[in-house]
Amino acid sequence: MKIYLDHAATTPVHPAVSATYIKVSETVFGNPSSIHSFGRESRKWLDDSRKVLAQSINAEPSEIIFTSGGTEADNIAIFGSVTTMKDKGNHIITTNSEHHAILNPCKQLEMLGFKVSYLEVDENGQISTDQVKNALTDETVLVSIMYGNNEVGTIQPIREIGGLLKEHQAVFHTDAVQAYGLIPLNVDDLGVDLLSVSAHKLNGPKGIGFLYQRKGLDTTPLLFGGEQERKRRAGTENLPAIVAFSEAVSIAQQYMEQNTANYQRYMSIMTTVFDEQAVAYEVSAKCAEKLPHIVNISFPGTDIESLLVNLDMAGVAVSSGSACTAGSLDPSHVLTAMYGEGSSKLRNSVRFSFGLGLNDEMVLKAAKKTAEIVKRSVK
Amino acid sequence: MKTTKSPADTRVVVGMSGGVDSSVAALLLKEQGYEVIGIFMKNWDDTDEFGVCTATEDYEDVISVCNDIGIPYYAVNFEKQYWDKVFTYFLEEYKAGRTPNPDVMCNKEIKFKAFLEHAMSLGADYLATGHYAQVVEVDGGVSMLRGKDANKDQTYFLNQLSQEQLQKVMFPIGNMEKSAVREKAVEAGLTTATKKDSTGICFIGERNFKEFLGQYLPAQPGDMKTMEGEAVGRHDGLMYYTIGQRHGLGIGGAGEPWFVIGKDLKENVLLVGQNFDNDALYSDSLTAIDVNFSTVRELPQTFSCTAKFRYRQPDTQVTVELKGDGQAIVRFAEPVRAITPGQAVVFYDGEECLGGGTIDTVIKNGKQLEYVG
Repeated sequence: MKIYLDHAATTPVHPAVSATYIKVSETVFGNPSSIHSFGRESRKWLDDSRKVLAQSINAEPSEIIFTSGGTEADNIAIFGSVTTMKDKGNHIITTNSEHHAILNPCKQLEMLGFKVSYLEVDENGQISTDQVKNALTDETVLVSIMYGNNEVGTIQPIREIGGLLKEHQAVFHTDAVQAYGLIPLNVDDLGVDLLSVSAHKLNGPKGIGFLYQRKGLDTTPLLFGGEQERKRRAGTENLPAIVAFSEAVSIAQQYMEQNTANYQRYMSIMTTVFDEQAVAYEVSAKCAEKLPHIVNISFPGTDIESLLVNLDMAGVAVSSGSACTAGSLDPSHVLTAMYGEGSSKLRNSVRFSFGLGLNDEMVLKAAKKTAEIVKRSVK
Repeated sequence: MKTTKSPADTRVVVGMSGGVDSSVAALLLKEQGYEVIGIFMKNWDDTDEFGVCTATEDYEDVISVCNDIGIPYYAVNFEKQYWDKVFTYFLEEYKAGRTPNPDVMCNKEIKFKAFLEHAMSLGADYLATGHYAQVVEVDGGVSMLRGKDANKDQTYFLNQLSQEQLQKVMFPIGNMEKSAVREKAVEAGLTTATKKDSTGICFIGERNFKEFLGQYLPAQPGDMKTMEGEAVGRHDGLMYYTIGQRHGLGIGGAGEPWFVIGKDLKENVLLVGQNFDNDALYSDSLTAIDVNFSTVRELPQTFSCTAKFRYRQPDTQVTVELKGDGQAIVRFAEPVRAITPGQAVVFYDGEECLGGGTIDTVIKNGKQLEYVG
């Protein structure tokens, strides 16, 4: 039997969510912008879903902009806010361990003349509020810092940074794609102006996400066309996906505590097996506060390219860094940021991430297989 | 040794390049019932300023073919090993005025060493590639035979493989003609069926060789002189020329065409002469280094066989005298034109490729021809 331990990459769709998706796509097909009864019915489903999603982060429905996913939400947050703020400065602050959906838009902006400060994370993958404070200038128009890291799980001090930025002109964005549905998020409490999320990381469908955009804040759209999403994002709404997304979020919120407890137990099952079998290993970002479902483990003496293939052949699906376009593994920029270019951890770290469909027995089996393969592979 | 396992219990890693030969190699093994895993090797990073690299296109083809065949695929990165073991050697040889053969080195150090080790770490019984060569069982081991398609035979590039390596290797298309390989790919509807064969050295690809080399080694232009010392033109840098070369000299006019005869590294002079059959281009023996024998047979200290000094050259009758420490003297039955230091000398007994070495010095009438390097 195959065991999927790569829920940070994407997740299986919850059966209730796919049932909703199918029901809506089969029965509610009207265009929410149409003035007839078909349109009104769709509009009702759309508004109800928007409400559920807004409530999940303590936002107003009008503050939710549906997007095609996390990448688009990040792109609107970055390009949209700096374009609107172009008269107020050209400086951006982010970190060197963001997702590429943040780093690559920033690189693009650098080519257009913006200055970007990439705050350097420590060996736990963390930045401090002081680093943000020291990097701030009168020219800073955007601070974008991810909530929880997708590779090692490290949570950044978003609330503290939100407090710091209250008195500054800079717009504060957080990429919460990996955290949403796993831990409670409250936009007022966090003090963020923009927050990106995606459905497929929490057992929802692919191709749908949203950007929370604080009321009163203006971002220049990336897509122009119809007047959907209050002219902030044109295009007919992906209704079945949106309704399914809200269903997935409801389920995630309902089971959040239980899931967290499960994931903590899975982690201890794994480390217990490694300890018992005398496997040499080291948990990355050990001292950081972390997302409950991600654990990145370094296995000294192994080589990742052989390890991942062996695990896959044994039916255990995990990941490491990101594959380059030619399939081979580039060293993770996150681990590079944490440990430096020369570290052997770049070549021997595996990310395990938990989620729907796992149980103790499966995790135990995966841990045993991993231990066996690691022991066989150590040179 | 060959295992007695059934194909279904035999795991074979196929080195997939994204070309038609390795695609068909994987297909044939799958049809024969082996457990086949396709792996793409990334040895060179040529990512340009737009983030585009040629390996991407090749890997896309590997994905497509593996999905067609129904086998899992992965990739592995040997850029560092390739740089250290193949590219560094390649530059050093050019610097020394020789004409290296990076494909031989790549097979020796990467494909059948680092990659073979990788395959074994994945529990593979064999590593298969799309080379035109054959491995057959013989008493006490295996023999490497020329590919059935004489025009495509690649044993020349495989001469550095040891018997131990060969025993873990499969060449599934070695007993086929190239045309049959293409036909098979077309029949199976593989994406790569009509893909153009790659030409040239893998890391240079279709690019201009001169331009590429110039990025890594400083070119020092100098004089072109005849063996008699008469200056007849200018050269762009000695590394750009190889022994026997005709084209690109830029000296023409009336009379017989000009050829590269040798290099004077100290004076930075390219030695040229007229006539394809210029006497100075001929030699009667050579010394080889890094001599390796793939064959399982014990060879006497002196033996007769045939040899190739360049890829796709007809065989020449020779006598080989082993000198120990991987060195040998190879004497030709007839004088041979344009023997080039740095290239491989590969030994054959009929269809079997016995092994080979690297040409070090070139000799005529018992005297080393200093001018060829």
